[in-house]
Amino acid sequence: MNLYILLALPLLGFTINGLFGKQLPKFVVGALASSLVFIPFVLALSMWSQVKEAAVVSQPFTFLQVGDLNIEFKLMLDRLSLIMTLIITGIGTLIHLYSMAYMADDAGYYKFFAYLNLFIFNMLILVLGANFMMLFFGWEGVGLCSYLLIGFWYHNSDFGYAARKAFVMNRIGDLGLLLGLFMIIQHFGSLDYQVVFSEIAKVSHPQWVYTSIAVLLFVGAMGKSAQIPLYTWLPDAMAGPTPVSALIHAATMVTAGVYLVVRSEVLYALAPMARDLILYVGLATSLLAAFIGLKQNDIKKVLAYSTVSQLGLMFIALGCGAYSAAMFHLATHAFFKALLFLGSGSVIHGMHHEQDIRKMGGLRKAMPLTYVTFLIGTLAISGFPFLSGFFSKDEILLHTFHHSPWVYGLSVFSAGLTGIYMFRMFFLTFHGTYRNDHYAFEKVHESPILMTLPLMVLAALSLAGGLLNLPHYLTHSHSEALAHWLEPLFVFGDAAVHVEPSTEWTLLGVAVSVFVIAFVWMRQKYVVQGRVAENDDQMSGSAKLLAQKFYVDELYDSLFAKPLQALGTWTYRVLDRKGFVAFTDLMGKVTHWKGQTLARIQSGNIELYLIIMVLAAALMLGIELFA
Amino acid sequence: MNTVFQQVDISHYIYLSTVLFSIGLFGVLFRRNAIVLLMCIELMLNSVNLLLTALSTYMGDAGGQLFVFFIMVVAAAEAAVGLAILVMVYRNTRNTTVNFLSNLKG
Repeated sequence: MNLYILLALPLLGFTINGLFGKQLPKFVVGALASSLVFIPFVLALSMWSQVKEAAVVSQPFTFLQVGDLNIEFKLMLDRLSLIMTLIITGIGTLIHLYSMAYMADDAGYYKFFAYLNLFIFNMLILVLGANFMMLFFGWEGVGLCSYLLIGFWYHNSDFGYAARKAFVMNRIGDLGLLLGLFMIIQHFGSLDYQVVFSEIAKVSHPQWVYTSIAVLLFVGAMGKSAQIPLYTWLPDAMAGPTPVSALIHAATMVTAGVYLVVRSEVLYALAPMARDLILYVGLATSLLAAFIGLKQNDIKKVLAYSTVSQLGLMFIALGCGAYSAAMFHLATHAFFKALLFLGSGSVIHGMHHEQDIRKMGGLRKAMPLTYVTFLIGTLAISGFPFLSGFFSKDEILLHTFHHSPWVYGLSVFSAGLTGIYMFRMFFLTFHGTYRNDHYAFEKVHESPILMTLPLMVLAALSLAGGLLNLPHYLTHSHSEALAHWLEPLFVFGDAAVHVEPSTEWTLLGVAVSVFVIAFVWMRQKYVVQGRVAENDDQMSGSAKLLAQKFYVDELYDSLFAKPLQALGTWTYRVLDRKGFVAFTDLMGKVTHWKGQTLARIQSGNIELYLIIMVLAAALMLGIELFA
Repeated sequence: MNTVFQQVDISHYIYLSTVLFSIGLFGVLFRRNAIVLLMCIELMLNSVNLLLTALSTYMGDAGGQLFVFFIMVVAAAEAAVGLAILVMVYRNTRNTTVNFLSNLKG
């Protein structure tokens, strides 16, 4: 089958909905958009056995030809991109269905679905591209869609600002990626994955080449996957509609950075310094975001910081060289974080656009389906034994333990924080007493079936996601399916981990006890004691520091935005007003003065004109004769 | 064969036409009466005609005289139009002074 069909269908949906969506009935728009994402999912699934044999490559076209450099428009469906494609289109379909209900009353309904389809198209280019150029193309495309969808409700200027912030932050990362691509072209003469990676595997270049390319590509990943220092856009990106947060800012786009690193496994295997950088950046991001998440009171902000933190965890895995563990966590995270976001969307929908968890409480009675599915998501992300998050997180922790004890300690701590902020949010939202005076509890309603159905499917996936990559202590014959599936792609392979069974059980015990502590503590605090998160003005000390996100936004503002703004004001006041404008004004004034002066000659007196004419003629004659 | 015209030195013709031209020119410049102005323009044209014919005969080239015919045609047309305008102006303003016609001045 032709791989281009996978791309063409979402693009078709974008075209139809974008051009004619306004005239079409809402149901047609939504159903069309959803099915044009679902069909690629089925098609990709049907190619499973084919991909298992060998990567499927499409007919290439010339995309760009400059001198000796020939960049092709070429798609490649291999084991890694198949996993990504299935996640994108599978979860994408569920989120499209969900949006049909969630966005039902929105005036920009057709536009929303057009953008979503465009996003799926670009994301598929990103993962299906067979060279770095295609990846970059999709990379920019998803950035654009992210911008469009964050600022979807652009009448609110704050939302527009959030969209611009996301775009600018991503551009900074993209510059790194672009420089990385230039270096690849310079040293390896191609962008094609196969050519570049086989060249790299020969280890014919000095070490600094590998390290700097690896670091530059990681800078791109930092921007897209919201790692320190470029993570601040992701929490603000929650300005977009909730399905967008679930699809783009939790499940798919933000994992593009992880995909990039996994794809470039050869490169990172040869650049241990870059891997260390990834490890520490991931660790710091994971901890910082988890801390901030502790004191956020916007239901979506908690989830956003949780996403940043979990992405940090994936990068920790990548830094340890555990590529399949990172992919495993990417997949399970896509399941439960999409579930949690959609669940929060359901809550927001039921509460009529209330997002503050301090104004919720006791919703389990009003929204039983949302409650149960959200519970499953919360348990999965906090590492309840035998749910998907438990397995994927433990695998990462195992690798960190093998790497060094203190990295392990900090990772476990970050995982514990996950449990704390998730249960804090969960209990405040669904347990306790209802606390909103402005919106009667009786009006809170369960969402329609179109919204709860995706929740149930995702809940099932969150429950069973561990089956993708079961650890070997549970089953011998079917263990680590994902790792084995990805193994043929890697040249150097996953970092090998050999630990004693007793150590492994101890690590599991630690993970479970961390979960239990978080659960019991939060339950005690918010359910038994019935405490509520404090209001903004009551906060002090560390709580305020956390609630204000460590003032990182303010720091960036005063470090970069303010100086730039000051420079802009200066150039406006001095260079522009006093320089250029004054100069152009002067030109005008001189011309005006000349005109006024010369206008006196034109008095209307014919004799004067004649005299001037004669004198001028005489002058010319004189010059002609005597000069 | 020398005619009477050819016996007169060419410089005399040049002086004469220069003087005639200058008279016309100063008339145009310093007189106010439109009829006199037209006459002065006529005088200037004719001084040029005189110079052209004189030089034409001197050089033995008929081209100069041919020009004179054209100039006379133009001068006749110009005088006809100019005088017609003047008649109309006089009927409307009872005046033929050029300075008087300044109604179009902004």
